[in-house]
Amino acid sequence: MANYSANQFKNGLKVMLDGDPCSMLDVEFVKPGKGQAFTRVKMRNLITGRVWERTFKSNESIESADVMDTDMEYLYGDGEMWHFMDPNSFEQVAADQNAIGDAAKWLKEQDKITVTLWNGNPIAVTPPNFVELEVIETDPGVKGDTAQGGSKPATLSTGAVVRVPLFIETGEVLRIDTRTGEYVSRA
Amino acid sequence: MPDSLSDWQPSAALAHLRQRAALLQSIRDFFAQRHVLEVDTQILSHCAVSDPFIDSITAQYQSVPGGDIQPLYLQTSPEYAMKRLLAAGSGDIYQLGKVFRNGEVGRRHNPEFTLLEWYRVGFSLGDLMDEVESLVSAQIPGLSWQRVSYRELFLHYLDLDPWTASLEQLQQACRQQIEAAFEDDDRDTWLNLLMSHLIEPQLRGAVFVHSYPPTQAALACVRQDADGLPVAERFELYIDGLELANGYHELADSQEQAARLTADQQQRAALGLPQRPLEQRLIQALQQGLPDCSGVALGVDRLLMRQLGVESIAEVLPFSFERA
Repeated sequence: MANYSANQFKNGLKVMLDGDPCSMLDVEFVKPGKGQAFTRVKMRNLITGRVWERTFKSNESIESADVMDTDMEYLYGDGEMWHFMDPNSFEQVAADQNAIGDAAKWLKEQDKITVTLWNGNPIAVTPPNFVELEVIETDPGVKGDTAQGGSKPATLSTGAVVRVPLFIETGEVLRIDTRTGEYVSRA
Repeated sequence: MPDSLSDWQPSAALAHLRQRAALLQSIRDFFAQRHVLEVDTQILSHCAVSDPFIDSITAQYQSVPGGDIQPLYLQTSPEYAMKRLLAAGSGDIYQLGKVFRNGEVGRRHNPEFTLLEWYRVGFSLGDLMDEVESLVSAQIPGLSWQRVSYRELFLHYLDLDPWTASLEQLQQACRQQIEAAFEDDDRDTWLNLLMSHLIEPQLRGAVFVHSYPPTQAALACVRQDADGLPVAERFELYIDGLELANGYHELADSQEQAARLTADQQQRAALGLPQRPLEQRLIQALQQGLPDCSGVALGVDRLLMRQLGVESIAEVLPFSFERA
């Protein structure tokens, strides 16, 4: 694998640190008056999700990580693993609970999902920003009250529970923002 | 990073460029009123700065196209040339122009930037701080101003004495608050890390930090302070934690100057950094005699950043490095 020296660091670079792949979120060049330069990096550990800061000297170098974001189609879950397919190569990968994390509640079969692969293995999945999911259970709607505020919980086909307006009925398909977990509109 | 479709556009808003023009004009007015002579020394030089941590950009001079390449260096500051003018009897001088530093790119750095450098004959370091304060106050009214020694600053924020703390104590103080896995046996590396990561971000208003450790003297005189400690007659000005200017009571001793150039070159060799030709004409000028003077270099782009209240240097440059 290639090595990057600190003065080549940039946002989005994927590197290996302490055995884990990490992504650089923010790279700051720090040069005190007459001293040597430092590179201060805000990083995310792609396995644990931890975000922290580390400072490097400009002559330090670190190994790059073979990490790729790939657009894949979600096929199915078997209760233990989540299965995805690359629509170009038809290659399939299976992700475990650690890699899926909170994304599990937004995965609908045949949706396009970004799967982060490290050495070919999924370590994270990112659902689309917006998904359309059916309501499978919610309290009966309040007729004629479409303008007023107020909300109630609704359970969606994936098991996710979101707050929805009072007029929403079981069986309706809703548009949800996966970044906030909030109801957007009827689909 | 700009996307390719907007790459042709300026990185600064046009309103910022108008303010930039006004700032350059008022700097020239400031010195005209004080009878300081504007000079524009060469940007391309046969010699390079000795400072191990400032890398010059190399240009390739050829007497005919395709001929032998003679490396020349873009100036990182006009300091050597201006001191040669001072030794030749120029009197008070200032220079407002572009300088170049290899590899320095970031939110607060652009490899090509505008530096204002000036020298005042007969000025003490305190006199020069007064003048810097006048110049900056005229551009940014309402700043609070304070002067604090490097030692007081470290004692106040970190309870460490930079003159007496051991290498281990400095490393430990860093590692308590900063994740830095590298090793380094130069105390100044750790002092710089503490300064840049833990102290600078806490500096509010305009703060002159003065009386530096002699190992960070660069081209400043070293004297004994009231406690008998050797201190470099150097200051740095910070505005809300942004380093804006660096000033010295200028070293005039040619032997000491020669020794510092040689020490820089040795440090470069030890660090595996490129050896560049040293400016011996600076030594000759000092042998001739540099008048007692103080000088300062001030980052004009950064002054504009603070004037406009923006955090990125790209926002005050017509075309930042990525678009240049």
